[in-house]
Amino acid sequence: MEKKRKIKVLVCKPGLDGHDRGAKVIARALRDAGMEVIYTGLHQTPDDIVNTIIQEDPDAILLSILSGAHNALCPAIMEKLKAKKINDVLVSVGGIIPEEDKKFLKELGLDGFYGPGTELKTIVEFVKNNLKR
Amino acid sequence: MTELKNKESEIIKQGKNDWETKSSKKSETRERFKNLSDIEIERLYTPNNVENLNYLNDLGFPGEYPYTRGAYPTMYRGQLWTMRQFAGFGTAEQTNNRYKFLIEHGQTGLSVAFSLHTIYGYEASDEKSLGEVGKEGVAIDTLKDMETLFDGIDLSKISTSMTINAPAAILLAMYIVVGEKQGYSPEKLRGTIQNDILKEYIAQKSWIFPPEPSMRLIIDSIEYCTKNVPQWYTISISGYHIREAGSTAVQELAFTLADGFAYVEAAIERGLNVDDFAHRLSFFFNAHNNFFEEICKYRAARRIWAKRMKNKYGAKKTESLRLRFHTQTAGVSLTAQEPENNMVRVTLQGLAAVLGGTQSLHTNSFDEALCLPTEKAVRIALRTQQIIAHESGVTDTVDPLAGSYYVEWLTNKMEEEAEIYFEKIKEFGGVIPAIKANFFQKEIANASYKFQREIEKKERIFVCVNKYKPKIHEQTEILKIDDKVASEQLENLKRVKIERNNEKVREALKKLKEAARGTENLMPFIIDAVREYASIGEIIAILKDVFGIYREDSIF
Amino acid sequence: MQYSDLINKLIQKETRAAARLITLVENDINAAEQVINSIYKYTGNAYILGITGAPGTGKSTFISTLIKNFLEKGKKIGIICVDPTSPITGGALLGDRIRMKQYFSLDNVFIRSMANRGQLGGLARATEDAIKILDVYGCDLIIVETVGVGQSEVDIFKSAHTVIVLLVPGLGDAIQAIKAGIMEITDIFVINKMDLGGADKKVAEIIQMLELKMNYKYESQENSEIYAKIEQWTPEIVKVNSITGENFNILLDMINKHEKFLKNTGIISNYLKNRIKSETMQILKHKLTKKVEDLLYSNKNIENYIDKVMEKSLDPYSMANLIIEMLGIEKKRDF
Repeated sequence: MEKKRKIKVLVCKPGLDGHDRGAKVIARALRDAGMEVIYTGLHQTPDDIVNTIIQEDPDAILLSILSGAHNALCPAIMEKLKAKKINDVLVSVGGIIPEEDKKFLKELGLDGFYGPGTELKTIVEFVKNNLKR
Repeated sequence: MTELKNKESEIIKQGKNDWETKSSKKSETRERFKNLSDIEIERLYTPNNVENLNYLNDLGFPGEYPYTRGAYPTMYRGQLWTMRQFAGFGTAEQTNNRYKFLIEHGQTGLSVAFSLHTIYGYEASDEKSLGEVGKEGVAIDTLKDMETLFDGIDLSKISTSMTINAPAAILLAMYIVVGEKQGYSPEKLRGTIQNDILKEYIAQKSWIFPPEPSMRLIIDSIEYCTKNVPQWYTISISGYHIREAGSTAVQELAFTLADGFAYVEAAIERGLNVDDFAHRLSFFFNAHNNFFEEICKYRAARRIWAKRMKNKYGAKKTESLRLRFHTQTAGVSLTAQEPENNMVRVTLQGLAAVLGGTQSLHTNSFDEALCLPTEKAVRIALRTQQIIAHESGVTDTVDPLAGSYYVEWLTNKMEEEAEIYFEKIKEFGGVIPAIKANFFQKEIANASYKFQREIEKKERIFVCVNKYKPKIHEQTEILKIDDKVASEQLENLKRVKIERNNEKVREALKKLKEAARGTENLMPFIIDAVREYASIGEIIAILKDVFGIYREDSIF
Repeated sequence: MQYSDLINKLIQKETRAAARLITLVENDINAAEQVINSIYKYTGNAYILGITGAPGTGKSTFISTLIKNFLEKGKKIGIICVDPTSPITGGALLGDRIRMKQYFSLDNVFIRSMANRGQLGGLARATEDAIKILDVYGCDLIIVETVGVGQSEVDIFKSAHTVIVLLVPGLGDAIQAIKAGIMEITDIFVINKMDLGGADKKVAEIIQMLELKMNYKYESQENSEIYAKIEQWTPEIVKVNSITGENFNILLDMINKHEKFLKNTGIISNYLKNRIKSETMQILKHKLTKKVEDLLYSNKNIENYIDKVMEKSLDPYSMANLIIEMLGIEKKRDF
């Protein structure tokens, strides 16, 4: 009887926006789905986030950005991860992301976009099914 | 008389029981009906639900104590609410153009949204400002940007609302200096500054300093305005963000009023007379989806405020007892799915605000779940207000819903529930200790998680989100903020720093720092610093040195 | 060897290797065995500090200020934030990182959150292994911090050289600590938020409780194994203000004094022996449980036994003894 490995997720709020309702609700939902969740708190710079990823070694990261700063913050984070040769972490983003930006972000290696109204179980399932390790 | 009344109430009670037995409960679609505050709603309300209501004591006449029926005697028959659409994006120049567009279309007041880097007091060039400059609001770094923002707009003719909190004193100082440069003395200026730091700790999270020095800055600005800028609303005590963070309507009501009382207490402690400043405090509420709950929230708010101001704080002037408020429709209620439906939501929410007696209103644009609003969407939102005002007839009489058994019962209920929260807050020793104990944060986090679960379990229906889900996603035209804004703003800032007299800036900042260490009112020092084009980032950095920074426990 | 690449990188102090190895030992006891097997000889350099305190004691601010003090002395610090509370769903929210954020970008601080992953005693075992990895990673000081004051802390702190318990005036936290058996393993009591009224009252309260405990200790000498570490050490008490940093110099001296005490009296070797014993117990529990589980699910005889127990021709104790025999371990009454 092989026990399933615990999934560890980092929920991050990069940038300055303080709207953390969504991030917190998602953190709880992931926990209730049996995952181990670390919530970074507000106002994380890309360096903060990458440092946390290195030390905590999570399976997945959820970035929550509602200020429209995703096109600046996501590339900064992805570049720093690349520089550290971290490529086995699923990186998703929640927030108000226009369609054409999704294409751009997908090319950077982000996968999974949760806009307003996304159901919690959709997010939980996505994380479960798209892990990279 | 009372005997007769008792008899009547007995008869109604009996009648209602009979009627309820006749029409079996099984024929209802749900076991229980609850509003967004989790208050259970009965099938029918009768005079029995409001039998203790005393018309003169509990409702009174509009413009008179306890103001349940409205802040002013004639309400919209005398003057319509101010149609104030919140706007700000990109550079000061871009937003200046949007303001001129809105004024041209009949808007009667300006409302400034600031860039996040401005809100947190960072310079546009700071590492923390990456990606944020001009994205959610207009980028302001120095007085120069404020001059551009109001270029060609006569500050003596318009009232301006500024949504800014932690650095509020600095933006207010800038506005005063812009007025000065247009040739107007401060007493000519009209407007509102949000300046409500308590709800930042509770919900919105754009704090900088710890609560105590933040309160000092707020009381400094109240004291300064009381003497020098008498037409200015010094705090817009906001429930809007508390609600957006996921609170219930009752929590919004209770926490916001509790914040209001905390400011009153702090100003009294400073030695100000309650009747000298209370009339310059205003409120800012959310208008969410549950129509009657929202209306009753506003009515209860007016009554609670009036009672406490009179009985607890000894306010005597009518203006000190009268709660006035701005309303914005709920951003969280907008959906990205079939965004056009948001126009309908906004209409209902705006209508609730008007029936609740709002003094000014911002109606959200339908595309805001997707992006910052396009010009077309903003225009429709403004037209929505104009249609409510001129076509619906709801403005013809004051407080038309009063006397409805349901409305009066629910107004009472909201007040009772708020009182329970006031007691809890008192047990913590007040708002600031309750913030430090994470009381509000926990309450809100629990409420928002519960709401989301109810949506997921379809216990609440959210059209197009958990029912009638659209199969195809149509593309909606969206507004994109040019990424050039950040580089333009960096240029602006650089230029100002070259052109200004840096010696004078240093001098002004030094004086500010010394004053911050003491107990003097900081407003004059801040005004001197902004006049020399010290940046918001520079001023905040100086104050951080003295005041320290706030760190929150993250509760969820 | 499977993990030799990571282990080499760990020995070269690579952060990512340390982090990944901790993930491995957390997830899989077999991996843990291999990893510890190859790094054990490099361990033994770090000083281990256990810190606990009930919610509301200002633990994060306290630890932040403590770290700041150690960083000024040029130390490399590892922090393991342990959350032993195990919600039914098995998930965990680890929030402490946020509050320590101001030290994030520093190269000399490594923060790792660990939660209970469901296995009995698994967390203490995984924490123990994570400490070793951070030790080899070059941390001079490893702080093991837990969220509450409960029985699980006692297990987790078996590996700590110095145990600090954080209390605040006015909270009933001392009583909790006694109930949980934390008092017995505490070396330093810190009264945080000394600016609040009632700090001195709290000190008196602790002294009183310590006196009670001392009496108990003298009366039961045969229990000395449990008290091996503190037999001759009277716990210190200090009041601090974590926001202003007041009295942290005194606290640092106390930690220093306790370290010297452990070394000079030779108690440290006593302590090490105990640590090895308890650690081995953890591993044994884990391994034996696994072995028993495997047997229970693979051996066909077990079903027969269960049927017999149901028919009342066998009782559960006898069945357990039969299983022990199957495991090839001597049947013994006090197993």
